[in-house]
Amino acid sequence: MLTFIVRRSIWAVIVMFVITVVVFFLFFKTPGVDPARAIAGRNPSPQTLAEVRAQFGLNRPLWIQYGLMMKRIFITRNLISYSDQGVLVVPEIFAAAPATLSLVFGASVIWVVTAIVMGVAAAKLRGTIYDPVLMILALIGLSTPVFWLGQVINLITQGNLHNSVFSWVPPLGYTSFTVSPVQWFTGLVFPWITLSILYIGLYARVLRANLLEIQTEDYVRTARAKGLSEPRVLVRHTLRTSMITFASLFGLDFGALVGGGAILTEVVFGIHGIGFLTYQALTNLDLPTIMAVVIYGAFFIVLANALVDIGYAWLDPRVRPA
Amino acid sequence: MAVPLLDIRDLKVTFRTDDGLVRAVDGVSATLYEGETLGIVGESGSGKSVTMMSVMRLITDPNAKFEGQVLYKGLDLMALPQAEIRSIRGAGISMIFQDPMTSLNPVYKVGWQIEEQIREHEKISKQAARARAIDLLTAVGIPNARERVDAYPHEFSGGMRQRVMIAMAVSCNPDVLIADEPTTALDVTIQAQILNLIKKLRADFGTAVVLITHDMGVVADMADRIAVMYAGRIVEQGTQRDLFYDPQHPYTWGLLGSIARLDRPRPRRLAAIPGLPPSLMRLPEGCAFGERCAHRFEACAQQPPLLDRLGNGHLDACYLTEVQKHARRDRTIHPELVEEKP
Amino acid sequence: MAAVAEQASLTELRPAVAGRNPWALAWRRLRSNRIALAALGLFILIVVMSLAAPLYAHYAHDPNPFTPNLNGTTVINGKTTPILQQGGGILKLGETPIGPTWDLHNYFLGADGIGRDVGVLLLYGGRASLQIGIVSAVLCCIGATIAALFAGFFGGVTDAVISRIMDIIWAFPVLLLAISISTELLTHSNGFQVGPLHVSASSLWVPTLIIALVFVPYVYRPVRGQVLSVVNKEFVEAAIAQGSSNFRIMFSDILPNVVSTVIVLLPLMIANTIFTEAALSYLSVGVQPPNVSWGVIISNGQELLYTRPWVSLAPGIMIVLTVLALNVFGDGVRDALDPRAKLRVGTGEAAAGSGA
Repeated sequence: MLTFIVRRSIWAVIVMFVITVVVFFLFFKTPGVDPARAIAGRNPSPQTLAEVRAQFGLNRPLWIQYGLMMKRIFITRNLISYSDQGVLVVPEIFAAAPATLSLVFGASVIWVVTAIVMGVAAAKLRGTIYDPVLMILALIGLSTPVFWLGQVINLITQGNLHNSVFSWVPPLGYTSFTVSPVQWFTGLVFPWITLSILYIGLYARVLRANLLEIQTEDYVRTARAKGLSEPRVLVRHTLRTSMITFASLFGLDFGALVGGGAILTEVVFGIHGIGFLTYQALTNLDLPTIMAVVIYGAFFIVLANALVDIGYAWLDPRVRPA
Repeated sequence: MAVPLLDIRDLKVTFRTDDGLVRAVDGVSATLYEGETLGIVGESGSGKSVTMMSVMRLITDPNAKFEGQVLYKGLDLMALPQAEIRSIRGAGISMIFQDPMTSLNPVYKVGWQIEEQIREHEKISKQAARARAIDLLTAVGIPNARERVDAYPHEFSGGMRQRVMIAMAVSCNPDVLIADEPTTALDVTIQAQILNLIKKLRADFGTAVVLITHDMGVVADMADRIAVMYAGRIVEQGTQRDLFYDPQHPYTWGLLGSIARLDRPRPRRLAAIPGLPPSLMRLPEGCAFGERCAHRFEACAQQPPLLDRLGNGHLDACYLTEVQKHARRDRTIHPELVEEKP
Repeated sequence: MAAVAEQASLTELRPAVAGRNPWALAWRRLRSNRIALAALGLFILIVVMSLAAPLYAHYAHDPNPFTPNLNGTTVINGKTTPILQQGGGILKLGETPIGPTWDLHNYFLGADGIGRDVGVLLLYGGRASLQIGIVSAVLCCIGATIAALFAGFFGGVTDAVISRIMDIIWAFPVLLLAISISTELLTHSNGFQVGPLHVSASSLWVPTLIIALVFVPYVYRPVRGQVLSVVNKEFVEAAIAQGSSNFRIMFSDILPNVVSTVIVLLPLMIANTIFTEAALSYLSVGVQPPNVSWGVIISNGQELLYTRPWVSLAPGIMIVLTVLALNVFGDGVRDALDPRAKLRVGTGEAAAGSGA
């Protein structure tokens, strides 16, 4: 098991390295683009351009440019966003992280619990009307674009009903937990719901399909033949093995969301997390920020992937190397 | 006559499908006495597995319909509520299955799985259950049981896995052990070991065994009484001696004839029963074996009932007279003995 | 006598139930799945409606619906009203476009922020969204399948290299990767040269290819798995023993067996690509003006959300309906091709799960 973890970690590091190279080339070496102009933001003055050229070593060999870039992002962490009046990018990313983490954690709790309930219910209620009804709801959930759903919810909670039914909903935006726990919560309730609906739809369906498939497996038959009660067969045998797939999918999606996939929800609800930061950087064509965000985001995902692989081996003994 | 441990009375199992009604088990009656071994022989699709799975009420398909009774110690298993069936499963009647690779849950240690069964039926502590699991593993011939009890199923070979399954099945000292083709998925060399293991446990615990197989060679060694099934019905039933020395039904002759024998002259071709079993959706009116039977005659247009035609407990479902059967039997079983015309 | 009986029976060996080719069986199952067919019908209806966009534009009054209509007027209930009205509205400049008139001739769903007919734009948007969605999904599947065939068949280094490349593409979150590439390309406001072709920066090909690229690993993985399981089968060994060329084996022997996996994935991929395009366009890095897509309209509707919600609601509803239809149809295709996934009773033995 240990060798597996080590090997997987080494591979993760290699992938991260390659990602930084790819991002570097993407932003510095696209044919026809002058990186200095791109980094310097809109309407740069000649001094800014010269400063950029010096800072990033654009007149020096490629690998030095790469090195300088990486140093700025990871080691000295003094990458400056020219479009954003010289704000330090990396600290900005770290400052935005709690918002994203709050959003994603909360949503994932909701979606995991709901999906398991729905999936198990649909599998057990197979043959009754509730199974297709649940699955249609799940389908609608996963067919709804997150950002549009957010808009619709905002329309309801911030629009005409804001003064009556939804007066408890604060205006759009994120309040840190340390500032006001209550507002942190009320401000996140609807973003949580919005973000989870898509995933509930996906996961409930996957779980149901998995459960139904596993129920026909021989070892479930053996479990029944042993005289175990149905609930025990369901939880200990059927659900446990379907958790393997469920958990690995969850790990991947969670990683992707924290790594920047929550951008749509953050934008719609005005939550200043990493996704929102990315969006702002986009509209301002703030290259340094975009680069940093993409790299950190990809890192998080590579980390999550590696953890999922290791977790998978923990959940499924067959995969462990002898 | 002692009261049978298990008494299957006219069991019928039908499945509703898109293409019609499938009569998987079409009126099967059989008895199992304490301590005896009943062999059920038949080809794939004959209904042998479905019969015994139905006894354990393990068929969960909502499209299945059951008729008839299965008496176990005076209780009709077909009519029992779920809770009581569950207490019988694993403790009164146990079952082991064909493919040990897929019959054990891959994510739990084998010791845990055995303990799970024990603790479901008996109130004992975890340590006691574990100790018993180790004893069981040793009893079924798994070396180093103390360590192997914490191993996962995929860390065992096929034969070893089947031993684990057997250990698990006898863990609560059942009255009846149903073995559904226990050796079919294993190498021939391992087959003998597993069968010997079952024999040993049978002797040690006095368990009655129902052995389901398509291999006549397996029942020759193990079974006290044998039932031959074809197309959902029993076509012949009797003691081991009856079936091997005085078989009455042409299908049984076919099965016996298809065994390659070392002590006879080598045949030009291996004998096989020509044709295919009928579709269980479109069973013929008369004898189900009629289409493939070389001895079919007019009476066979009516389904022959399973009767004790010889008056000695040896049942068969064939209208041929005893004399006719004797006359044709040898030729059918051993065609190589018949002189070939040039 | 036995020999004669044997001979006769061999020629007589007819199975009781006639066998059927698996594609025909799948087709039969699909045809009897009314819900899936209804979904397909809905999808086709949406496609047809979108294709009819120019016709509707003509019918509605303006053959060129993309031009802003800031100072125009239109006739509603006999009264001439300016399209953009002063006052009202929570945001910007105090101008509010007219709301839905529910009159098919005339600003059916109202006007957007620069006075254009939302109803007409909706259909044009559909054209772009559907075109990008379908084309990128098809390209993605083709690319992924070819890569999977090569990787699975040749194995070894080829497999390692291709799979690692896929891993790296997949390491980027889909959206972020698409955003990055789009942003980068958008800095070329004059378009760029790809060999002999000049591609305009606002061409629909840009989002199409980007979206196709980011989803390739997603299709590649299951297809490669399927290729690997087929490659080990005996009939492939037989083909190799017969001396078939590599290409022939890949495309005539392996591909047909892998195709069903791709067919199941295709409707779902189209749903994914439509989603992604909408997201990119919402973030302004997808479809660029003067083109319009559903995502673009939703984005435009953001500022009018509390006064003229229909501008955002309508395209969103269209997306939900389209994606829902695709998902339901995709389910039906999967059920038709792989009935094992559903607990359908085939034969008695299969139902009992015992193999007696």
